[in-house]
Amino acid sequence: MILVLIRRFAEMIFVLFSISVLVFMIFFATPGADPAARLAGRGASPATLAAVRHSFGLDKPLPTQYVLMMKHLFITQDLSSFVNPGEQVVPALLNAVPVTLSLVFGAAVIWVLFAVFVGVTAAWRRGSFLDRGLMMLSLVGVSMPVFWLGEVANLITQARFHNTWLFSWVPALGYVPLTQDPLGWFKSLIVPWIVLAVSYIGLYGRVLRANLVEAMNEDYIRTARAKGLTESQIIRRHALRMSLITLVSMFGLDFGLLVGGGALLIEVVSSLPGVGMLTYQALQNLDLPFIMASVMYGAIFIVIANTVVDMLYAVIDPRAR
Amino acid sequence: MAAAAVLVLIVLACLAAPLYATYVSQSDPFGSNLDGSITLGGQSVDIMQSTDTGFGVTPIGPTWQGQYFLGADDQGRDVAARLLYGGRNSLVIAGGATVICLFFAAVVGVVAGFSGGMIDTVLARALDVLWAFPVYLLAISLSAVLISHGLQLGPITVNADSLLIPITIIGIVYVPYVARPIRGQVLSLAQSECVLAARCLGVPRPRILFRDILPNVTTTLIVFAPLMMALNMLTEAALSFLSIGVQPPAASWGTIILDGEGLLYTRPAVAIAPGVAIMITVVCLNFLGDGVREAFDPRAKLRVKS
Repeated sequence: MILVLIRRFAEMIFVLFSISVLVFMIFFATPGADPAARLAGRGASPATLAAVRHSFGLDKPLPTQYVLMMKHLFITQDLSSFVNPGEQVVPALLNAVPVTLSLVFGAAVIWVLFAVFVGVTAAWRRGSFLDRGLMMLSLVGVSMPVFWLGEVANLITQARFHNTWLFSWVPALGYVPLTQDPLGWFKSLIVPWIVLAVSYIGLYGRVLRANLVEAMNEDYIRTARAKGLTESQIIRRHALRMSLITLVSMFGLDFGLLVGGGALLIEVVSSLPGVGMLTYQALQNLDLPFIMASVMYGAIFIVIANTVVDMLYAVIDPRAR
Repeated sequence: MAAAAVLVLIVLACLAAPLYATYVSQSDPFGSNLDGSITLGGQSVDIMQSTDTGFGVTPIGPTWQGQYFLGADDQGRDVAARLLYGGRNSLVIAGGATVICLFFAAVVGVVAGFSGGMIDTVLARALDVLWAFPVYLLAISLSAVLISHGLQLGPITVNADSLLIPITIIGIVYVPYVARPIRGQVLSLAQSECVLAARCLGVPRPRILFRDILPNVTTTLIVFAPLMMALNMLTEAALSFLSIGVQPPAASWGTIILDGEGLLYTRPAVAIAPGVAIMITVVCLNFLGDGVREAFDPRAKLRVKS
C-alpha cells in the first residue's frame, strides 16, 4: 500500500519535471526566431529586447536558462510581463483562481447530476424511443463548440429574451465574488455553469449508459434478479455502483483539466476574469511569458490532481493497486 | 449512411466555394467592402448601414437572396461565401490533423509494442508524459510560439499564417490518445495464439508484423479516424476562436464565430451559422464513427445492441 503510493509519487515527480522541460523547450528553443523577440511580444524596442535577454539569461546555455526560469516561476515568483511592463504574472494568476474554481465547481455539480439522470434513464429504458432521444441529444451536446453555445446563451439571455419574464433576472456578464453577494454570485454564474456542463452531460451520460448496459448482463445482476429485487433496486444498489467507477476517474481528470485552464473558452465568452481569461488576454498580445506561466501552473495543477485521484483510487479499490 | 451522405454534401458545398463567390455572392470574400451597396427589390441598399443611434455602422443582415444570403460581417464581406471557404479550411485542418495523428500514433504504438525492451520503455514513458499534459495547454503554447514568428528548421520554412501549423499541432497533441491503445493492442497481439503459432513455424519477424499485427492495427485506426476527426474539428474551431489557429484574412468556422462575436446582438447570423455548420459536421462524424465501430468491432456491437 505505502509502496504503491510512493511509486505514484515518484512517477508524479518524473512527469512534472518532464513537462516543465517540455514547456521550457517550446518557449525557449523552438527554432525559427530569436527567443528574446518572441518573449518580448510584437514590435518590441531594442531596449526591451536587451532587458528580456538579461532577465532570462538568454546568452547563457539552455540548462542555466531553465534553472533561471524555474526560479522566476516558482521560487521568487517575480516573472513579469514585457507587453504590460511591471505586471507580475504569478500573483495575477493566483488571484484569478477563485473565479475559475467557482465556475468549474458549479458546472461539475450540474453535469454530474444530469449525466447520472440521463445515463440511468437511457439504460433503464434501453432500446426505447426515450433512450434514442436522450442519446441523440447527448451526441448533439458533445458536438457543439462550447464557446459557440456560450454565445448563443448570451444572445438568448442577454439580448433577445432579456426583457421577458424568463430571463430578466440574468445580470450583465461578469463576476460577483461569493463573499460579497452569494445570490449575485449564483445569478452571475448560472448561465456559464449550464453552458459548460452541457457537453459533459452528453459525454458522461453516454459513457454511463454504455457501462450500465454492459453491467446489466453480468452474473451478479442475474443473481440480484433471481433473489427478487425490483428493477430500480438492481440499478441503484448494484449496476450503478459498478458503473460509476469509470465516471469517478473521468471526473477527476476533467475537473483538474478545467481548473488548470481548460475552462478558458467559456470564461472568455462569459467575461469571467478567471485563469483562462488572463491566458486569453495574453494570447491576444502574444505575451509569451504570461502564457508560459499559466501553462506551467495549469499543467502542474492537473498532474498533481491526477496523482491525488489515483492515490485515492488505490486506497478505495484494492484492484487498482 | 445518412451521416456519410450529409458529410459528402458538406464537402461538395465547400469545394464549390469559388463558384459560389463568383456566380452567387459576386463579391470578394477576403477583401473588405465597406462602402459598397447591392440592389434589393429594386432599391439600392448600403452594405454597411448607419445605426439608429447615429454612431458607427451595422453590416447588412441576412437577405436570404444570392448576394449576402447570411448578411455581411464587420468588413462588409459576404458571410455565406466565407462560410464555404472557411469550411474548406476547417475540413482540411481536421482531416490533415487526423492523418498525421493516426500515422504517428500507429508508428509509435507499433514500434513500442512490437520491439519491446528499452525502446518500449522510453516510448511508453514519453507517451505518459504527453498524456499528462492537457491537450489545450499544449496546443495553445505551441500555437502561440509558432504563430508569433513562424518556424524555421534547416531548409524548411513555415510561415506564421500557414495552415500547416494548426494541422501539425492538432495532429501531434492527440497522438498519445491513439498511440496508447494501439501499443496495448500490439502487446496483446504479440501474445496471441496466431503469433505464437507463426513463431513456432519459424516465420520471420517482419512477416509476422505485416501479416498478423498490421491488419489488426489498421482496423483500430479506421475505427478511430472519424472520431478523431470530430475531435480535431472542435479543437481547430477553439484555436481559431482564440485567434491562434487560422490567421486572417483566411477563414475557418472558428474565425467566423470570432468575427460574429462583436456583432452578436445586432447580426447574430454571423456567429450562429458557422456554429451550426460545426455541429452538423461533428454530429455526422460521430455517427459515422459509431457505425464504423459497430461494423469493425464485434465487442462494441454486442454492447450497443443489448
